[in-house]
Amino acid sequence: MKNTIVKKLTTSLLATSLITASFTACGSSDNTSSDTSATAESASSESSDSSAPFRTLDEIKESGTINIGVFSDKSPFGYVDENGEYAGYDVYFAERIGEDLGVEINYVSTEAANRIEYLQTGKVDIILANFTVTEERAEEVDFALPYMNVALGVISPDDAVIESLDDIGADNQVIVISGTTAETYLTKNYPDIKLQKYDAYAEAKTAFENGNGVAWANDNTEVIAFSIENEGYTVGIPSLGDQDTIAPAVTKGNESLLNWLNEEIESLGTENFFHADYEATLLDTYGADYEDTLVVEQ
Amino acid sequence: MASLGIDVLFKGTNFLRLLQGLWVSIEISLIAVVLSIVLGLLVGMLMTVENKLLKVILKIYLETVRIMPQMVLLFIVYFGTTRVFGWDMSAESSAIFVFTFWGTAEMGDLVRGSIKSIPNIQFESAFALGMDKIQTYLYIILPQTVRRLIPLSINLITRMIKTTSLVMMIGIVEVLKVAQQIIEANRKVSPNAAFGVFAVVFLLYFLVCWPISRLSVYLEKRWA
Repeated sequence: MKNTIVKKLTTSLLATSLITASFTACGSSDNTSSDTSATAESASSESSDSSAPFRTLDEIKESGTINIGVFSDKSPFGYVDENGEYAGYDVYFAERIGEDLGVEINYVSTEAANRIEYLQTGKVDIILANFTVTEERAEEVDFALPYMNVALGVISPDDAVIESLDDIGADNQVIVISGTTAETYLTKNYPDIKLQKYDAYAEAKTAFENGNGVAWANDNTEVIAFSIENEGYTVGIPSLGDQDTIAPAVTKGNESLLNWLNEEIESLGTENFFHADYEATLLDTYGADYEDTLVVEQ
Repeated sequence: MASLGIDVLFKGTNFLRLLQGLWVSIEISLIAVVLSIVLGLLVGMLMTVENKLLKVILKIYLETVRIMPQMVLLFIVYFGTTRVFGWDMSAESSAIFVFTFWGTAEMGDLVRGSIKSIPNIQFESAFALGMDKIQTYLYIILPQTVRRLIPLSINLITRMIKTTSLVMMIGIVEVLKVAQQIIEANRKVSPNAAFGVFAVVFLLYFLVCWPISRLSVYLEKRWA
């Protein structure tokens, strides 16, 4: 009996160590790969970076195809229409990138959880999947110039519009969804405001419609879309807190592609490309009033 | 019907795309299932061999598969191999590899259990008749094992088919992903489409798994 227990323990220990080994292997290779790309950067570009996990601008042009990671189920940013074609705000931009580079585009359907993995392994060249720039992510991938803004927004009923967080009385409650940036931001910066927390979007929506709280704080794209779909509500505060941006991302160290993207975004700014993009893809969801709040041109 | 949102499936090429997605799921699971059955029979027989080293290796293999969620395995094989060894395995072959890796281990354990459940006297009688080990396995043990295996392996096979929905995490667009794409693309025009579309996906999975379960009933009756 004792013997079998010992045996079982050793096997499970062995199995765990095997798993941890494979994980640390992933982690350490991560470091080495970023090291090699760093040295590749410092060395001249002619040094063969076959070990680098990405394709340079020239390699992409030569191959004739660029792999772009987009969402395939996040309307209106990246989705697949009824004819099986990719469409949306991010895709509109991707199409232009393909056109200006003179290459075909191979769209890769990505999920929020695997965007960084795709770049770090070089399985896609660019991620254009509503990718919010954060410090933690910037350590893993390289972001180009932003092409959209995101912030928090606060929506309230038309008859009692809240235009500043100071309008909220001591007894009033603000609705938030647990785990969102809205919750974190309000808890941290306005600890006196009472929050009513809900786990799911649908619950928060029902509670807000029933008047359980004076206002609802969420991502501004969400509250703006809500105010357009539902009569009788106004987004009193369309942009609150830290202004975050959404930008294309490339594999860390892929200088040539990053520089090309930045130049591209700058030159597109002169023709107001992203306003045209907004009007083609986001206007139906967010209306014309918020165009300048959401769009960034360089 | 309109309130269920099934009509969104008939827009453009939506239904065709859903069927193409289903074919992707079937293709991956079918290849993995066939490989798992063949390799699982081998591994299962190896599991019954009295050899300490072999036992430890197979035990670690089985425990690894049991402990690791299939999603982690998919990430390790698809992204991990590229990071560590620089192999650029396609998403489809990674998926087939992971599902075979999983299926072989579980199938092997089922085979081991089925072999162990065969009374020792069957072996002894076979040897007494002058059969050697291979003949004993081939003519006496395996036919009885396979009979016991059928209901067990059907569970595994249908589970494998349904778990293929995880491959969307490595960029493969299969039936469930297409369903999500269709629902999301029509979020504004028919917000209730989720119910109808998922009901159709349920039906499609049923149509794939049901014949397999009928086959098992038929085989059980025939070999009973």
